[in-house]
Amino acid sequence: MISKLMKGLVYASAVFTFGMLAYLVIYILINGVRFLTPSLFAWNYSTSNVSMMPALMTTLMVVAGTLLIATPIGVFTGFYLVDYANRKNPVVKAIGMATDTLAGIPSIIYGLFGMLFFVIFLEFQFSLIAGILTVTIMSLPVIIRSTEEALLATGMPIRQASYALGAGKLRTLFKVVLPVAMPGILSGVILATGRIVGETAALMFTLGTATNLPGSLFASGRTLSLHMYILSQEGRHVNEAYATAVVLLVFVLVINALSTLVSKRLAKGGK
Amino acid sequence: MDNLRQGTIKEAKAKANRQPPFKKAAKGNLAEKIMHGVFLLAAFTSIFSLVLIVIFIFTNGLPMMVEYGLADFIFGQTWNQTTFGLLPMILGSVLVTLGAVSIGVPIGVMTAIFMAEFCPKKLYAFLKPAVNLMAGIPSIVYGFFALRIIVPQIRQLFGGPGNSMLAAIMLLSIMILPTVISLSESAIRSVPRSYFSGSVALGASPERSIFSVLVPAAKSGIFSSIVLGVGRAIGETMAVVMVAGNQPLMPRGLTQGIRTLTTNIVMEMAYASGQHRDALVATGVVLFIFIMIINTTFLIMKSKEAK
Amino acid sequence: MLNQKIKVRDLKLWYGKFEALHGVDLDIYENEITAFIGPSGCGKSTLIKTLNRMNDLVENCRIEGSVELDGKNIYSKKVELNELRKRVGMVFQQPNPFPKSIYDNIAFGPRTHGIKKKNELDEIVEKSLRQAAIWDEVKDHLDRNALSISGGQQQRICIARALAVEPDVLLMDEPTSALDPISTAKIEELVMELKEDYTIVMVTHNMQQASRISDRTAFFLNGDIIEQDMTRQLFTNPKEEQTDNYISGRFG
Ligand SMILES: Nc1ncnc2c1ncn2[C@@H]1O[C@H](COP(=O)(O)OP(=O)(O)OP(=O)(O)O)[C@@H](O)[C@H]1O
Ligand SMILES: [Mg+2]
Repeated sequence: MISKLMKGLVYASAVFTFGMLAYLVIYILINGVRFLTPSLFAWNYSTSNVSMMPALMTTLMVVAGTLLIATPIGVFTGFYLVDYANRKNPVVKAIGMATDTLAGIPSIIYGLFGMLFFVIFLEFQFSLIAGILTVTIMSLPVIIRSTEEALLATGMPIRQASYALGAGKLRTLFKVVLPVAMPGILSGVILATGRIVGETAALMFTLGTATNLPGSLFASGRTLSLHMYILSQEGRHVNEAYATAVVLLVFVLVINALSTLVSKRLAKGGK
Repeated sequence: MDNLRQGTIKEAKAKANRQPPFKKAAKGNLAEKIMHGVFLLAAFTSIFSLVLIVIFIFTNGLPMMVEYGLADFIFGQTWNQTTFGLLPMILGSVLVTLGAVSIGVPIGVMTAIFMAEFCPKKLYAFLKPAVNLMAGIPSIVYGFFALRIIVPQIRQLFGGPGNSMLAAIMLLSIMILPTVISLSESAIRSVPRSYFSGSVALGASPERSIFSVLVPAAKSGIFSSIVLGVGRAIGETMAVVMVAGNQPLMPRGLTQGIRTLTTNIVMEMAYASGQHRDALVATGVVLFIFIMIINTTFLIMKSKEAK
Repeated sequence: MLNQKIKVRDLKLWYGKFEALHGVDLDIYENEITAFIGPSGCGKSTLIKTLNRMNDLVENCRIEGSVELDGKNIYSKKVELNELRKRVGMVFQQPNPFPKSIYDNIAFGPRTHGIKKKNELDEIVEKSLRQAAIWDEVKDHLDRNALSISGGQQQRICIARALAVEPDVLLMDEPTSALDPISTAKIEELVMELKEDYTIVMVTHNMQQASRISDRTAFFLNGDIIEQDMTRQLFTNPKEEQTDNYISGRFG
């Protein structure tokens, strides 16, 4: 009797969860798609036409810049933790704990830190570079952990085979282990991309909110998420905010599809 | 063919014997050493960044707290341009988080049970990506959705401004769902199947076995999903700021506005300076300490689980 | 005529605090098959791994004593590890091909040691696959993933891969224990052919296998070599009672 009731609750919860998601997605699409006018993609932003084009381009710049820095650092950290360091070494434990801690810090703290350190202390002002560096630190844990997992999953046997043929550490890592671990690492990078696109709080006080395309690394700009926040705060551009939400949703959908694709390859490669 | 084989091997041996047997491959070793250094350096980035973050947040926030008076800061009930009592925001964060967890966790855990035990395979192929999608939707989109849907509903049903503690709670309880669902689901899935079959073999119905055997066995994993959900809720900023009303006042009820630690920073940072700005960083310090407590709890639970 | 290839003297090995080998002496001769037998956990794998220093990969593993290859201590500081492993190849219990094409599996070793030219590599790949008696089975699909063929074939690919770097010594740790009887027979036949050109050391749990194919056998027990002798001698007329007990199946 009780378990019947519980079962009912379980079904109800699932319906609620996925119903809510469907509602959100459909609601945004219905209200947003019709405002996706060509003028919203005009090259320049003006108060009469709040084009999202500069924000779109800035988003891509922030993503590219962040991945450019965070990917090598994160992947190399994974290499070090799995293939170089002794697992029981206290340094490795410390690195692992620092990574976990970074993963748990909320983005507003990153935003505060970025402002205090990059914007004020290093005098970068509100700038692309301050935003990118702040989000880089945020993205590290995702990339480190997925690299670590992917490397561990490749297992000892193929490493042994490579070493037994007289291959050194680097060759073993890059020619034998990395190709196998690639999909896993890639899915971490994709996940990080999603985070960066959706980020607002960490960028507000580092990248700033300038409306135009940043002309240099030291110029301010705004990403799509920031753009949407400001539009919805101002209250006069609700329609444009809906349209921006649609673009953000499309981003998320594409990113998720990519990561599913990659993990399918991962499953295949594992066999 | 045999002869051919013999021939080539002899040749190869002869060639090998001409070389000194144990020569140093100096070039390879240098590359190995350099890259080892590079990897090590990369690995220290995490620690280095964390230390920097702690230093910059604390050195900017702590002196203000001490100067202002720790007790006055933490327990003060008034917050304006010159008076910095953080209690309303601390209570705001705690209440909103508790509310979100008490709604979001049951729904999330039960959805996880559905995903792990009741969901047909074909449906699962859609629902799993749906949970990932939920996790990937930017906070700002959630916040906007809540602003357009939840806030007007509350205004209609209960009167008042609509932007309220209740709105923030409902929003956050949705936002923590993907975290709770994914972690709980994998916790339930990692319970050995034999627990289930053992219970069924004893005559318990499959449903009963799920609720009275499987789920309790996964409880530590489920509990860590809750802790992570708490972390997510207390740290959320941009979505909350859109629906919470944000008055820096002591909580006055579910349908009234409220301000949290995170939104306190966002609301005022743009124009703050001097002691006011330091007070906002100090808000960050308090938030940071909350998060550290939550993370440590989570890590301890995770390491216990591993054993 | 007998040429001593490897000489192990008073070799002790610890995994952390656990002493897995208690001062082992062993002689291995060129162009012979030396078999290691003994009950599980007695240190056979441990010893065979010290011969190409695969134990270097094990954390907290420490050794004392000496292992000489052609009269030179392989644990001396002057030894270039990768060069040593090129000369002392290894085949593992579980076939462990790289998830690459068959061709790339075989070519990996030669490429590692600086051979880049396509025609040279082609030649080596064919030669190694012929030596491993698998050329005819795979010659038409060298670009297939090595993981897509049967376990027995994979193991012969692994043998071919080890041969492709032209080692002097081939170490094999229970190379057939994961395989079916037909694949096992093929590999046994292959190993007997290979001893013409290589020095082979092989761990086996299968006593018939040891007596069928090896020239010399070492019997291990609890981290010691109890007895080593010509295989026929050891199996028909063991000197030690423990050996006798083991080969007649009274324990182990
Ligand atoms: N990496 C390791 N760390 C700690 N102890 C180990 C390690 N490898 C092996 N040992 C221990 O050393 C002893 C010898 O192990 P070894 O693998 O050499 O045995 P073996 O004779 O090859 O056994 P089997 O026939 O089962 O393969 C065993 O007691 C084993 O538990
Ligand atoms: Mg063994």
